[in-house]
Amino acid sequence: MAETIVLEVARYRPEIEAEPAFENFEVPCRPDWVVLDALNYIKDAIDGTLSFRWSCRMGVCGSCGMMVNGEPKLTCATFLTDYLPGPIRIEPLSNFPIVRDLIIEMSDFMTKLQGVKPWIIRNEDLPVSQGEYRQSPEQLETYKQFSMCINCLLCYAACPVYGLDQHFVGPAALALAQRYNLDSRDEGEAQRLEILSEHEGIWGCTFVGECSVVCPKHVDPAGAIQQYKLKAVTEWFKSILLPRGGRD
Amino acid sequence: MKQPVTYTLYHPKWYRRPMSTYWWTKRWRYLRFILRELSSISVAWTVILLLLLINSMGDEAMYAGYLDWLQSPWLVVLNAFALVFLLFHTVTWFNLAPRAMAVRLRGKRLPDWAVAAPNFIAWAVLSAGVVWFVLKGV
Repeated sequence: MAETIVLEVARYRPEIEAEPAFENFEVPCRPDWVVLDALNYIKDAIDGTLSFRWSCRMGVCGSCGMMVNGEPKLTCATFLTDYLPGPIRIEPLSNFPIVRDLIIEMSDFMTKLQGVKPWIIRNEDLPVSQGEYRQSPEQLETYKQFSMCINCLLCYAACPVYGLDQHFVGPAALALAQRYNLDSRDEGEAQRLEILSEHEGIWGCTFVGECSVVCPKHVDPAGAIQQYKLKAVTEWFKSILLPRGGRD
Repeated sequence: MKQPVTYTLYHPKWYRRPMSTYWWTKRWRYLRFILRELSSISVAWTVILLLLLINSMGDEAMYAGYLDWLQSPWLVVLNAFALVFLLFHTVTWFNLAPRAMAVRLRGKRLPDWAVAAPNFIAWAVLSAGVVWFVLKGV
């Protein structure tokens, strides 16, 4: 096994470079090292100015998403040995502006996430004295998959629709909207429909499906969006065929 | 959500990478998506062929002309292509069904194959019916 591996890391320092350029670093290739370990090695031992986001190192926080050889990956779950003999090309996530080196600007996602109201909405809150909102395992199962999202944005980096049209709400936000729509305790579907049913909402999705392929948490945003499309069409037919009875 | 795309107000110089027109050549799965979208042209073409067939049916001279036209080499090649894309379109379409339909039975979601299989079975039965209808006179 090779003792070292070369990382081609995208650098963008706005005060130095007009556009991103690659810098090569040779790092030890240990069997238990992931790409994030190699980046931390570079920062500790070779060049302390390298900037990147990370936190938990265990696939929970969703901070360390980057392009590894052109594929969106959580770098804390991507082993160096899988890329032998190298080199490995590390770039910031696609489809987002770059702030510095491997750091992307994600405010756009944050705005969109808030826009779909990803929280439980009640028409009327029950008084605390009535206890909790109870839910059966079956009711939990209907939305649990979509609730696993860690907002790592790999799906946005994989989505050509978002790449081409920045107004598209995007996979994670739509999946999270669907997560709350399917929650038996929630009553906010009508409020979310306004945003979801727009062209930039579910109808913007052309079902490339790559978001679900790259998702490290198996959320299947593409599935969530198609399921919502199907529901929207069924509801529309109901409202036409049953002008009164079809509406809740 | 047609509101302006806003990023951090005070960031001095972020860099936005342009997206290549040829993005769909970068990954096999993107190319497969584009091929699938293009395969709808084959579907449209097959519909046109069928409509022309129906149009020529009452008139024997027209029907003979239609058959003659179908046998021209370029049309045979074109239809062979169309058939390949039609099959690709159909198979991928049925395989997408389980993604769009979360069918639940007694609280548990049915596995993907259980949602896709009825589509494939219906396809096979209908195709067999058409073949039987066409060949019964032969």
